[in-house]
Amino acid sequence: MNKIWLIIKREYLTRVRNKTFLLSTFLLPIAMMLFIFGSAFFAMSAKEKMKKIAVINDPGMFKVNLKGDSLRLAFDFIAGVDSSNFFEKGYDAVLNLNNDSVARKFTIHSKKQLGIDAQDMIENKLDRAFENNQLQQNGIRKETLDSINKKSNGAFAIENRLTSDKGKSEEVNAQLNYGIGFGSGILIYITMFIFGSMVMRGVMEEKTNRIAEVMVSSVKPFQLMMGKILGIAAVGLTQFFLWIVLILMLSTVVSAFIPQEMLQHAGEMNKNIPVGGNSAMMMKFMDVKQTVSTVNWFQIISFFIFYFLGGYLFYASLFAAIGSVINEDPQEAQSLMLPITMPIIFAFIIMSSNLNTPDSKIMVWASMIPFTSPIVMMARIPSGVPWPQLLLSMILLVSGFLFTTWLAAKIYRTGILMYGKKASWKEMFKWAFRKS
Amino acid sequence: MNILELQNLKKYFATQKAVDDISFMIEEGSIFGLLGPNGAGKTTLLRMITGIFYPDSGNIIFNGKHFDPIKDIGNIGYMPEERGLYKKMKIGEQALYLAQLKGLSKSDALQKIKAWFIKFEMETWWNKKVEDLSKGMSQKLQFVTTVLHEPKLIILDEPFSGLDPVNANLIKDEIFNLAKNGSTVIFSTHRMEQVEEICDHIVLVNKGKKILDGSVAQIKNQFKENVYRLGATTAAHNLMTYIFEVIKHQPDELLLKLLHDSNTNDVLKFFINQDIAIQSFNEVLPTLNEIFIQLVEGTPDARQFQTIK
Repeated sequence: MNKIWLIIKREYLTRVRNKTFLLSTFLLPIAMMLFIFGSAFFAMSAKEKMKKIAVINDPGMFKVNLKGDSLRLAFDFIAGVDSSNFFEKGYDAVLNLNNDSVARKFTIHSKKQLGIDAQDMIENKLDRAFENNQLQQNGIRKETLDSINKKSNGAFAIENRLTSDKGKSEEVNAQLNYGIGFGSGILIYITMFIFGSMVMRGVMEEKTNRIAEVMVSSVKPFQLMMGKILGIAAVGLTQFFLWIVLILMLSTVVSAFIPQEMLQHAGEMNKNIPVGGNSAMMMKFMDVKQTVSTVNWFQIISFFIFYFLGGYLFYASLFAAIGSVINEDPQEAQSLMLPITMPIIFAFIIMSSNLNTPDSKIMVWASMIPFTSPIVMMARIPSGVPWPQLLLSMILLVSGFLFTTWLAAKIYRTGILMYGKKASWKEMFKWAFRKS
Repeated sequence: MNILELQNLKKYFATQKAVDDISFMIEEGSIFGLLGPNGAGKTTLLRMITGIFYPDSGNIIFNGKHFDPIKDIGNIGYMPEERGLYKKMKIGEQALYLAQLKGLSKSDALQKIKAWFIKFEMETWWNKKVEDLSKGMSQKLQFVTTVLHEPKLIILDEPFSGLDPVNANLIKDEIFNLAKNGSTVIFSTHRMEQVEEICDHIVLVNKGKKILDGSVAQIKNQFKENVYRLGATTAAHNLMTYIFEVIKHQPDELLLKLLHDSNTNDVLKFFINQDIAIQSFNEVLPTLNEIFIQLVEGTPDARQFQTIK
């Protein structure tokens, strides 16, 4: 036991003192914050040049209603400008409203590409103009409509209360659960890869440095493998802990300095672009600050740690076994790693594509099988999982990692002292299941 | 007393009988040479003695008791042929780590490391990393980490490879020192001149079997061919006899082999009778190298793969 402890200590300390660990631990949260607030900042401060657009062939419908804004768009209804001479006359583009009321498609000529933003804006203005025109024709005053809209927007809200077996109702916030589930699922996915391959590289290093033989003359191969796996797990937990602390600290500091409107603005800017949803997500979190307190953070964090450790232990020993059978060629590692990385990727795909239906059959099954459960179950937990399922999944995961560790230890024991040729799957299978 | 006894050890791999029924004994405090060509099964044998491999059958008696790797590992120091150290670790920390894994307490280990570092003039290395060391330097470090915990049994696989003569002598002196202080040294090599110089007792293995066992002098005697060197000025007509056969004839030196049951005095008498002045007369024993080559030659260079049932 004492020896395992020494090994854990060495694995932990050499990694924690490593520059890359320090960099990734401290820079990642800062980079994340910078990214979120930086993009908000740039989105706000990016001033676009005023675009002057000449409008021709207007049948009259738009002349009254099509209005630019003071900042970015100006429409000029002018005769004698066409697509051949608009630039000379000082316009950025010429919009031809040759009335095609069937297709409702107009052309705009410009020298430079207008860009999606500007195009959206112009379309938007045209829509508004059309709307106004219709309102007038139907005898509705715009002011009346505005005031109705104002009253009706956000007049009602839906709150989903879950009725549990005890008859107690709990408030749930689907949006938030989605976010937390996805976030922790993806975090486990990424860390499993990072720390799993860290284990593999560590084993490879010991093998290629030939220290393995010196080590196994002092400790049992199993101790060497477990020491490494546990040491790296401790590194992972340290990193998580530091990340949480740093992010909390940074976000308090930053939100004290950055005005609320900036965030709001950034949120709106990003709404149209689905991938850039970061700051929009951020906004959601801000909005639901009150509901955040209703989430059982303690429960989520405990399960997160359990599933991170369980999933990590389940896969880490397999990564160690792979590391022990390869020689110096990283190419070999690639092909041998594939059968291990596939289930992880598969779990991630199941998780991300079924997140909206956390209780669907596939999600339930995937959250039971140890190969996928760390990622999938973590995504289900925020929306509530029945206790029997949770218990079964946890038991399966624990017995799963005991099994993989036992299996991997046997491969590892032989592989770490084998040099020269790459072991085939058949050989590894033999090592794993032979007696003694 | 025997520190180590191997009884009918066997270890078969899928395609090789790596160790095939080997038994021998090693006396406490001796320097023991384990010799054999490449692939003879030396490393497998050593790995069984160090507890890395379990024998398929046979017994290992260590220090009078059945060998238990977990308990006895602290009494063994093993320097494998392929040296290995953590490249990125500082040298002092590395020595400390390996010593602690052998069961030394931290303060004890520190004290011993310092003593060895001073002895080998390595004090300034403490905060350097292994990757900064030359091959010879890391060899010295490896030796120190092997013997640091004062093991009863020290196993050195090719300890002098990569060392310059000065450092090789340093290590050699230490090996003698360790043996004098009661440690037993197993020394595996195929450099025969070192074996003759250092070892008390040798075992030669080939193709997984023991083919020779005894002290260096015994073995040389066993393989002697009654060859003598005679220092005298002779001509061809002086040498017509049935007492001996001339192997090599130089004007002032003869290499001759006794024939039948003639003895050395017969030779001397033969020359004295001819009134030839004898400057020197001594027996030529075969070198271990010659014995080694004689025994190993004829068997295929490399081991052939075979199927083991």
